[in-house]
Amino acid sequence: MKIVLQHLTKRFPSRGKKSHGEVTAVSDFNFEIPDGKLVGLLGPSGCGKSTTLNLICGLLSPTEGKIFFGSDDVTKLAPENRGVGLVFQNYALYPHLTVLKNIIFPLENLKGTAKLSKEEMRERAYQVAKLVQIEELMDRKPKELSGGQQQRVAIARALVKMPRVLLLDEPLSNLDARLRLQTREEIRRIQQETQITTIFVTHDQDEAMSISDLIVVMKDGIIQQIGAPQEVYDNPANLFVAKFLGTPPINIFLGTIRNNRLYIGEDAVLVVPDVPEGEVVVGIRPEGFLLTGNASLSCALKRLEVMGRDVSVVCANAACEGGTLRAIINAEGTPLPNTETVRFSLKPQKVFLFRKETGERIECNLVPLTEVK
Amino acid sequence: MEKQNRKAWLYLLPALLFLLVFMVYPLVDVLIYSFEEGYNSASQTFFGVGSYNYSYVLHDPYFLQALKNTFLLVVITVPVSTGLALFISVGLSSIKPLRNLFQTIYFLPYVTNTLAVGLVFMILFKKTAYSDGLVNLFLHWFGSPSVDFIEGSYGAKMFVLCFYTIWVVLPFKILVLTGALASVNQDYYNAARVDGTRRGRIFYRITLPMISPMIFYLIITGFIGAFKAYSDAVALFGTNLNAAGMNTIVGYVYDMLYGDSGGYPSYASAAAIILFVIVLTITCINLLVSKKHVHY
Amino acid sequence: METHINYQKLEKSTKTHRILRNIFVYTMLALWALMVLFPFYWMVLTSLKSYGTYNAEYIPKFFTLSPTLQNYADAFTAVPLGRYLVNTLLFTVVTTALMLVVTTLAAFAFARLEFRGKNLVFTLFLALMMIPNELVVITNFVTITDAGLRNSFTGLILPSVTSVFYIYLLRENFAQIPDTLYYAAKVDGTSDLRYLRRVMLPICRPTLITVAILKIIECWNSYVWPRLITDNPDYYLVSNGIQEIRENGFGRENIPAMMAAVVVISLPLILLFLVFRKKIMAGVSRGGIKG
Repeated sequence: MKIVLQHLTKRFPSRGKKSHGEVTAVSDFNFEIPDGKLVGLLGPSGCGKSTTLNLICGLLSPTEGKIFFGSDDVTKLAPENRGVGLVFQNYALYPHLTVLKNIIFPLENLKGTAKLSKEEMRERAYQVAKLVQIEELMDRKPKELSGGQQQRVAIARALVKMPRVLLLDEPLSNLDARLRLQTREEIRRIQQETQITTIFVTHDQDEAMSISDLIVVMKDGIIQQIGAPQEVYDNPANLFVAKFLGTPPINIFLGTIRNNRLYIGEDAVLVVPDVPEGEVVVGIRPEGFLLTGNASLSCALKRLEVMGRDVSVVCANAACEGGTLRAIINAEGTPLPNTETVRFSLKPQKVFLFRKETGERIECNLVPLTEVK
Repeated sequence: MEKQNRKAWLYLLPALLFLLVFMVYPLVDVLIYSFEEGYNSASQTFFGVGSYNYSYVLHDPYFLQALKNTFLLVVITVPVSTGLALFISVGLSSIKPLRNLFQTIYFLPYVTNTLAVGLVFMILFKKTAYSDGLVNLFLHWFGSPSVDFIEGSYGAKMFVLCFYTIWVVLPFKILVLTGALASVNQDYYNAARVDGTRRGRIFYRITLPMISPMIFYLIITGFIGAFKAYSDAVALFGTNLNAAGMNTIVGYVYDMLYGDSGGYPSYASAAAIILFVIVLTITCINLLVSKKHVHY
Repeated sequence: METHINYQKLEKSTKTHRILRNIFVYTMLALWALMVLFPFYWMVLTSLKSYGTYNAEYIPKFFTLSPTLQNYADAFTAVPLGRYLVNTLLFTVVTTALMLVVTTLAAFAFARLEFRGKNLVFTLFLALMMIPNELVVITNFVTITDAGLRNSFTGLILPSVTSVFYIYLLRENFAQIPDTLYYAAKVDGTSDLRYLRRVMLPICRPTLITVAILKIIECWNSYVWPRLITDNPDYYLVSNGIQEIRENGFGRENIPAMMAAVVVISLPLILLFLVFRKKIMAGVSRGGIKG
């Protein structure tokens, strides 16, 4: 089922002190989710991603804008009439019902022609239980299950009525680190087997990057960027997106453009043919540093962190935000630095320029110094 | 931490003293009283030891009347008040505007003097030579003949007593149930809504099981409270409850102890212990039943 | 498209349902509110009607055009209502104050001090919570009578000075205060009593206030014990006073004056409730049971 959001806006009356006006949780959203995709809504807490989810499932109604499932306008439809499955952050499994009864619960609500017999319900329940691999837990109560198992039951309950859209609110946040890795693969697998359009909310960029077909990065109720994970990573639309994605995080420098050269501190690092002169913010991914060639960026070495195949080079540089930068270098074949000063050259495709005032990306062509004479 | 024996006991001393004199000793004493036959409160002597007091009480028509009244009161008011409280609380939790106002109003009877407001109820229901009273006025509107609720038939009197008792106990129940309803995680309702569950089903399948511990708590305390009914009856029918035929077990105990028919602490003790045994038994039955039906 | 029409219909019926349900809920709630408030309204209304007007109304009227305060004057002059009020006030204040001291000390011992047999004694205390008052009142009556304390404030007050339940409630609250505060105070050379007064009591003030209010309500409305222990009207509390007024006051059946007395008696607690509404409701839902 294709999902289309048009000018979707949600404002809440501001609570507490009677400051006039409202809080805008979601501001003028426009995007289209193709059928059968797994989409991650990504952003720091309070950015409006859960609100967006609640708008899509109908627990909240938008202040402005429209929501379409396929060609149907569902904006004003009550949640039960939208055919969505929702998995809550805390799972919301009914504590007094067994796993089987929890899964059957939505089916018992069906009326009229959709009504199912007891056997059909059981059969459907066991089908989804098999899909999420919890068949052997059907007679337990939720409190007898581990967090990961509860999560699966919650997904099964959301899937059993064959929803047109599956929504997951922070599906992994209540799990420990090991389970998190396992469960996110599991979500990916289930989504691919069922081919249901799925939207999940997360604040963990790792999580969103690893399993989504499409990620939507949000901040303060405004969409920052939409795209495939790798595309967003390789081509961030602004400073916020660049900083939000990637571990270890991107290194941020204050740079200057002079004579078609990009300077960090006093070092000219790249050639930029078509950017007006002035100060810019420079973002360099940790893997964008090279120890070879005519290295130009000089830094004071602080320490080396060897992590098997890769080495993390931690250096001090006055122009860098926070004073230190972290470069990740492939350890094989490169002699490790042992001097007090390290000199790097940069991979142009890993370097991004942003406007100093707005943080907007400056689209430009970066060229290594060596290639221009 | 080293022991602070002496100091601790010093802090406990006042409470211990009061409890020993006014709770522990009386507890033992009441048992002894109940088995002392022919106790004379003037000379403080008795003839012998035995179960005569119990058999006297159990054969006393006044006690049997009180027993019947109390049982009727319990059987009627506990289910009705719990059900009504549930109904009102569910209504209260489903609204937002005016909720606080309603809650405040509903709680008012809790802080009023049972005796004083009982007098108002008496006047509302009473039929006198001057006036049939307000409730009878309503009855007239519906074409019913007037009924004397205070000095009339047993059924009418029982009705008023039950009505007033329910009026008095509802605030506590509504308060507890609205609290219980508010503590149910909203996510369960959202989950059920997304699944298209109808309201009735949400109520029976989710809300009721989730608040069942509190409902059983209310039923148990309701039973205990209703068995101890006394001042509501006094408020409506005056201190001479035996004459009105509306005495309760607790009323019987006090009447045996003091007042025009008083001076028999042995009979009072026996009756009090019978009451205690009844309450204990019913509480145990309640607990057993609730084990089966309360879900967690 | 067919589905579109279907959706609109669904949407509409959901909305009508909601409106109908709201009307029903509000009607029911308003009805019960009326049921609760009506006796209060009737009591105030009747107290404002003159004796003659009231008795002339064969069919009671729902309002009065000639309100009078005469009944209130009668209530204070023809019967000793003022006396009852002062008695009750005295009884309530002294009982509540004593109870706070006794329960606080005991709760402190249970929460803070280490002594042999602590758990056993505390368990016994909890067991006492299940003993109904009706069971012990008989012997207490005899004890107080034998001590010659009938018709005295001492006799009225003594049996209600301790409450196991409030000791329990306070202990739970005291136990939540981190031990480190106590050790810090000890290092500074603070005595236990001073620590209790200067640290614990201020921190637990909300609970203490709740306990005090609940006890005040209980005292103001107590009927059974005062009835057993007093037969001299000089020592009557309001509950007994109102019963006395009903049976022997004002000559025959001066109902407006009686209602005036009822209003005077009910007012203090209603005011207390309106001021401390949140505290009282929170306190009661934590385990207050009437009686």
